[in-house]
Amino acid sequence: MSVMDMVIQAVIWALEILAIAVPVALSVAYITYAERRVIGWIQVRKGCNRVGPAGLLQPLADGLKLFLKETIIPARANKLLFVGAPVLALVPTLVAFAVVPFGETSLFGQWERPHVMAISNMNVGLLYLMAISSLSVYGFLMAGWASNSKYPIMGSIRSTCQMISYEISMGFGLVTVMMLSGSLNLADIVHAQAGGLLHWYMIPLFPMLLVFFISGCAETGRTPFDLTETEELVSGYNVEYSGMWFATFSLAEYGAMILISLMTSILFLGGWYAPIPALDIIPGTVWLLAKTSFLVFVFIWFRATFPRYRYDQMMRLGWKIFLPWTLGWIFVLGVFIYTPGLDHIINFWLAWR
Amino acid sequence: MLKRAFKTWFLWELLIGLSVTGRYLFKKKITVEYPEEKTPLSPRFRGLHGLRRYESGEERCIACKLCEVVCPALAITIESEERDDGSRRTTRYDIDMSKCIYCGFCQEACPVDAIVETQEFEYATETRSGLYYTKDMLLANGQRYEAQIAANIAADAPYS
Repeated sequence: MSVMDMVIQAVIWALEILAIAVPVALSVAYITYAERRVIGWIQVRKGCNRVGPAGLLQPLADGLKLFLKETIIPARANKLLFVGAPVLALVPTLVAFAVVPFGETSLFGQWERPHVMAISNMNVGLLYLMAISSLSVYGFLMAGWASNSKYPIMGSIRSTCQMISYEISMGFGLVTVMMLSGSLNLADIVHAQAGGLLHWYMIPLFPMLLVFFISGCAETGRTPFDLTETEELVSGYNVEYSGMWFATFSLAEYGAMILISLMTSILFLGGWYAPIPALDIIPGTVWLLAKTSFLVFVFIWFRATFPRYRYDQMMRLGWKIFLPWTLGWIFVLGVFIYTPGLDHIINFWLAWR
Repeated sequence: MLKRAFKTWFLWELLIGLSVTGRYLFKKKITVEYPEEKTPLSPRFRGLHGLRRYESGEERCIACKLCEVVCPALAITIESEERDDGSRRTTRYDIDMSKCIYCGFCQEACPVDAIVETQEFEYATETRSGLYYTKDMLLANGQRYEAQIAANIAADAPYS
């Protein structure tokens, strides 16, 4: 490979990364806007409608405000970790988008075979996602530790505990998807769900869909699991943060929210396929993004509806309910797959047989 | 028993909660967009103060100082002197709006309906001194809102 080829490849990669990262950052900004509007509507208010037409410039104003604010680093804080923590919280979320397939395209018939629209269509995509998304825990842990103050450390211990607990049931939920699709490649998982609503994994794996999505709420620290930022902890691990570094944490939170919604649509809701095969004339990316936006809306809907769990209730839900359910479902699926006589029921969804 | 298990495992109560908020999402919004829209005010609304005059132009206040005495926040300061025609008049009538708690006692205590509270409430300033109203300013307020004040007193008359 000549130097020229390498340069071209690097430029292509950079463009691909930009094509994902910029829309993600923009949608994070507008999800905060959507959140305020939707919660406002649910509370019979109008929500923010002042800045620009229908308040559409509100995220820009918020961003500008946060950008211009002073970033205070406490005198007794560990400066390196303090500055590094928000970055470490945000980067895994963005990096995880590398394997997310946003659809398939043959570039209007230019290519013979449709290509998967992902930065890297790697074979262990699911494993990669689990590994990378676990990393952001370190950001929250570091933020609490580096602040050198008691509320942040308590908040970060809570966040860490919560994330680790729910990651387990999430991981086992993914195992059931893997058992049906027989692949860790996200594009292959979507291909296995081709052929309409009945083929989607949400039918055989409905409890896993619930477990995965609710664990996703816990992973991102959203309501009903936002006890990491309760009033008694002032605001959790990010008490000492201000200005742009504080915004980075919320960027990470909302980015993770998009990622969980994308993952749920890809793994359980048929990815870029339409509910009825005839509707596939609408581009797959539109379907995927529509499903994702609906799930993001559900996140916001949850926030407007549910009070938060107490700490012990949250732990009970994670360890005593979700974990047995996922393990049980893995067992049930295994029985269905390998028992002669029962396997013809599950064969409908088994792409690898 | 079965019903309860069903409700637990299918997250029934949570679905009910979601449906309630889902319905409220489409309800008519009750927001009043304040600078453009305003809520109606009661005739008894207690806002900025004004000193009234009689139709002849003579000021009503007779410097009895009842308002000054009754004021729980000690916001009113009055000094009085005999005027040339022998009547008792105020030489100073100041209200410090940053002290005032808008209880309306001064209005109630006044035997000649001189000091009143208008429905005006948009007089925020950027300095404390801007909230210190002297006699001239209060008289000007009374003159400016006289129509409103008279209408409110008339509207409230059957109940007082």
